Amino acid sequence: MPEEQIQLFINDREVHASKGAMLIEVADQHDIRIPRFCYHKKLSVAANCRMCMVEVEKAPKALPACATPVAEGMRVYTHSPAALDAQKSTMEFLLINHPLDCPVCDQGGECELQDTAMGYGEDVSRYTERKRVVADKELGPLVSTDMTRCIHCTRCVRFGSEVAGIRELGATGRGEFMEIGTYVQRSLTSELSGNVIDVCPVGALNAKPSRMRARSWEMLQCAGLSPHDAMGSNIYMHVLRNTVVRVVPRENDELNETWIADRDRFSYEGLHTPDRATQPLVRTARGWESSSWQASLDVLARKIKQFSPEEVGVMAAAHSSLEEQYLLQKLFRCLGIQNIDHRVRQADFTDQEYMPLFPNLGQSIESLEHNNAVFLIGCDIRLEQPMLAHRIRKASARGCQVVALNSRDFDFLFAAQVNWNQAPQAWLQALSEIVKCIPDNELRDLPHELKEIVEQASPSMYARHIFELLSQAGTCSVFLGAMLDSHPQASALRALAAVLARHTHANFGLLPQAGNTAGAWLCGLLPHRLAGGVPNPDAGLDTTAMLAGPCKAFVLFNLEPEFDFANAPSALEAMQEADFVVVFTPYVSESMRSYADVVLPIATFAEMRGTYVNAEGRWQTADKAINPPGQARPAWRILRVLADHLGLEGFTHESSQQVLEEIKVQTGETTGFEGRLHESKMVQTQADPEGIYRVSATPMYAVDNVVRRANSLQQTPYERSPRVAMCEQLARELGVLEEDEVRIVQDGRAKVLKLELDPALPMNCVWVQKSSRQVDELGNAIAPVEIQRLDHD
Amino acid sequence: MTPADLPGTLSNYVRGEMDDWLSRYPVDQKQSAVLGALRALQHEDGYLKTEKMDAVATYLDMPPIAVYEVASFYSMFELEPVGKHTLAVCTNLSCMLCGADKIVEHLEHKLGIGLGESTPDGKFFLKKEEECLAACCGAPMMQVNHDYEENLTIEKVDRILEGLD
Ligand code: SF4
Ligand code: FES
Ligand code: FES
Repeated sequence: MPEEQIQLFINDREVHASKGAMLIEVADQHDIRIPRFCYHKKLSVAANCRMCMVEVEKAPKALPACATPVAEGMRVYTHSPAALDAQKSTMEFLLINHPLDCPVCDQGGECELQDTAMGYGEDVSRYTERKRVVADKELGPLVSTDMTRCIHCTRCVRFGSEVAGIRELGATGRGEFMEIGTYVQRSLTSELSGNVIDVCPVGALNAKPSRMRARSWEMLQCAGLSPHDAMGSNIYMHVLRNTVVRVVPRENDELNETWIADRDRFSYEGLHTPDRATQPLVRTARGWESSSWQASLDVLARKIKQFSPEEVGVMAAAHSSLEEQYLLQKLFRCLGIQNIDHRVRQADFTDQEYMPLFPNLGQSIESLEHNNAVFLIGCDIRLEQPMLAHRIRKASARGCQVVALNSRDFDFLFAAQVNWNQAPQAWLQALSEIVKCIPDNELRDLPHELKEIVEQASPSMYARHIFELLSQAGTCSVFLGAMLDSHPQASALRALAAVLARHTHANFGLLPQAGNTAGAWLCGLLPHRLAGGVPNPDAGLDTTAMLAGPCKAFVLFNLEPEFDFANAPSALEAMQEADFVVVFTPYVSESMRSYADVVLPIATFAEMRGTYVNAEGRWQTADKAINPPGQARPAWRILRVLADHLGLEGFTHESSQQVLEEIKVQTGETTGFEGRLHESKMVQTQADPEGIYRVSATPMYAVDNVVRRANSLQQTPYERSPRVAMCEQLARELGVLEEDEVRIVQDGRAKVLKLELDPALPMNCVWVQKSSRQVDELGNAIAPVEIQRLDHD
Repeated sequence: MTPADLPGTLSNYVRGEMDDWLSRYPVDQKQSAVLGALRALQHEDGYLKTEKMDAVATYLDMPPIAVYEVASFYSMFELEPVGKHTLAVCTNLSCMLCGADKIVEHLEHKLGIGLGESTPDGKFFLKKEEECLAACCGAPMMQVNHDYEENLTIEKVDRILEGLD
């Protein structure tokens, strides 16, 4: 945006600035330091701390630089006697009530107040009266409070209302009695709540899990990447004696800005758990035995060759690094094995050949902010992709309208949000109604099963509204989320959504879920495609087919079947029944001991150099922050050695960098969005529209093995015990009451759950709440079920 | 949430007051009615119950904490249960010069409670330190519930107390 430039002088230095900018921003751009507490470049101006006083020529008194717009020819002095005098006086006032507990304060050594007091404070206090004391607040498992240290800058309050979209903290009381808190004692619920720790300029709000664990100057700061969602958030891991003690954002304006989600910040707790795998384990006639790498890889090499390639299934996690994923598929393909997949939460693979090179946003992350309308389908974006949701929240603050087709009211904390709640078996109908609004002649190319459905549809009010909204919005987007991925008719839904997006010129985004889902597609961790998206002439089986069919041996990579698979019980059964299972894993669980034959301990994202491709196709590489525990090793190294044991050629890599270079040769460093969904010709429309369906989502803190072990995250209100929710009318028809126990039968499996009423749920569907710690014993996340009343006598 | 979801805790009186205030402000500035709403709540219950403040927040489309902020900012709002009749003696300059301290002392003695306390029978509440209530010409003065009582003397105070049931 070309803005009018003006000229001014700061400390007699000539600087140019855009008209309307605040003095403090301009000074910051020119590295002229002005002390501040309440000002934060990503928050609104509050001008309440008065620390940023500067002298402005012709102004009778010093002015706050954060709230003084620059003007042509202005002469500003940031260090003149008048400025310093004002700054020092403010400092003295702020310190009146601030405790002198820096030696026991986690913020000590990195505290804005401490630093500024060094520069502007006096060494002796003139104040000898009693200091004010404020009771600490209980804000839940993530944020600790020492409220006596608070200087009332209100950054945390503004963060809530302006960034998180939910104002949970406030300033109650007045004058000396003003306190920051929630008034009614409660945990913070924002999924971005940890950022208040960073914005707080003093030690009032700190990270509870790392409280009193280390002093800031003892820790090493290591740049890293968060692998838990498709943002690729940049982080710093703070390391003390080979332990990650805490995680903070690494600023990147194109991605996470100055923020990270709580999941990115506190997942590190899952790195240091007692169930870490530290030694290769091999099952023998005598039971489990620790083994050497040599011996265990020999067992693996020998055993795997006893199966024909069609009998082996390889399944890997989408949050593994590109180097791991690539070498894994390369190695097993060298053995002729083609049953390779990472899509463990997907239910419908019919249209896989028509999928783009990799699922992506269809635009850059930054440009999300420019959308005027967003249509989300089967997506709880706030919990799935908290930082992407933050960008859309910014758009919504500028007037972007968000419409969501889901089964339940998800509150995204956007300014304008309409929820169209339909039972999952009705989503196809709902999308058809919207597509029906497109003039007929544009629908010629629809696969014929869909054409029929669309022809018979008559658009409802919602359908028309969504169509109009997208047609008139200009810049707009259609996004398909994780719940759509697990839908049994996903292919048909994707095809209709793609037609709608094409017709309304909307950006079409298939949201990749994990930190490297995009990478897994790119590097050929798929049955039907090789690295670089090249069709595999000898396509293998997808996850569902592998589990249902002929596989007698499995290679599980960084996965836990009972938590990571769409159909947990059948995945677990398949493992139990297999003749041979080898797991590459950072953790050994009891369940693994029950089905595995070889356990190979691998490094986590923090313990190796790795590359991840995010939702906009950006490749990012981060170094390791710590060493893996015990004998655990980065998996790319293990695979390379395994290749030697198998006598395979082409595995001479000496560093992960060499692996990366090989990948780049095969894929090109693809960052564009050539991946619009091709109009799919193959869809799956079978579904029983009559019965009752269940819907579930993977809980925010259950997405991968590391997060599931992050204890503090598991204490937040987001971890709920399993239950089933339905609307009152359905409950009445079924003759069940709130808090009753009801039996759900799905696919021959049954489970008794407590009932909760949710008026926003449509008829004929129930919400099954999943938990991070309990296996979903029923099966797929979206599937027909039968609900039975338990008769008590 | 739409008004239909409003928790049923608000009386018609409070809703009526809120609607009245709402009608005086632009539709997108509903929070302007919050003071009126809180006043009505306090009038009805004698203090501000959290659940009712939450209901007001829903009605006015505000985050609950924003309502608590307003409620705790103004000293005229009570956040805890207090005695039925509120006695607020002005102790600011004019009233002080005209003997407010004597009035306070008398009240404390007579009721057996200190400033900021309520009588055990729940009848009287002696409000803490009231600042100038803009009735200096009638100093010393106190506010009894919604009414101003001016030119106070010990006898007048006694009479006022007797008149309250
Ligand atoms: S808690 Fe920290 S961020 Fe919040 S007002 Fe106090 S000093 Fe500022
Ligand atoms: S930074 Fe300017 S007043 Fe606080
Ligand atoms: S000083 Fe008491 S009313 Fe003004």
